[in-house]
Amino acid sequence: MNCKTLVVELEDYLDEELDSELRTSIEVHLAKCKNCKLIVDTTKKTIQIFCNSEPAPLSEDTRHRLHDALVKKLGRPRA
Amino acid sequence: MSTPKMNATGEKSPQTRAPLPSQVVKEDEPILVAAAKAGDISAFETLVSRYERKIFRLAQNITQNREDAEDVMQEAFLKAYEHLSGFQGNSRFYTWLVRIAVNQALMKLRKRRPNQVSIDEDVNTGNDLIPREIEDWGPSPEERYKQSELAGILNSTIADLDPPFRIVFQLRDIEELSTEETAEALGLSVPAVKSRLLRARLKLRQKLDRYFRRSENQ
Ligand SMILES: [Zn+2]
Repeated sequence: MNCKTLVVELEDYLDEELDSELRTSIEVHLAKCKNCKLIVDTTKKTIQIFCNSEPAPLSEDTRHRLHDALVKKLGRPRA
Repeated sequence: MSTPKMNATGEKSPQTRAPLPSQVVKEDEPILVAAAKAGDISAFETLVSRYERKIFRLAQNITQNREDAEDVMQEAFLKAYEHLSGFQGNSRFYTWLVRIAVNQALMKLRKRRPNQVSIDEDVNTGNDLIPREIEDWGPSPEERYKQSELAGILNSTIADLDPPFRIVFQLRDIEELSTEETAEALGLSVPAVKSRLLRARLKLRQKLDRYFRRSENQ
């Protein structure tokens, strides 16, 4: 495993879909290559930050319009 | 064990932090869906208020247009209600809802930018993915920003990606669909999803780097 071949397996590595042999050889490389280790760590962090981000509340106007559309469809006002 | 504090209207007090949507999904979603299918309107309304923010963000991130996003959200919930009897429960309701919303959003996007958007176009996955000089971010780089600042950074960063990458990342890493579910929702092969996803992740990493690299924030 080197820096170039690592990228081929990176997607499956990030999603933990590799068999243990391939996984080990990536980890061996990561243990001695600072650059790849940082790429993997910061990419994991990127995923985590996006995944944990909370969606913003809807604006009042947007909520009202959704509410109205639902009332029309469902046939009675929301409680 | 004590029961949660209730306020006058019978709702949980605001001190009780709401569980994350992904946790909620696993608990009572099937019960609400079954009730909604049996004609319980308020159960459907509960599902709507639970997911409206997420569906709006999804639509906004795909269409990059506020008005379109609002239309997409409305259409998605109305369609979901209309077709609820056809929902078999083979997947999570939320996954099913996301698929409806994605279809609506893609239609809008194609209408606005007919020449630009093809999810299934070939993307080259060359060897230019790995940068040379990488900086450490430290353990919690996101905590250096206020929540609203961080939201702004994330929105503008994802908006910068081309649609094929943006949409795959949105479904896979923000909505947490599986690779297979993402492939199915977009009519892509699993390898195509994976190659777009890797590219999207690495591009976003690169774009976030200037906000999160340690050296500039110390
Ligand atoms: Zn390396």
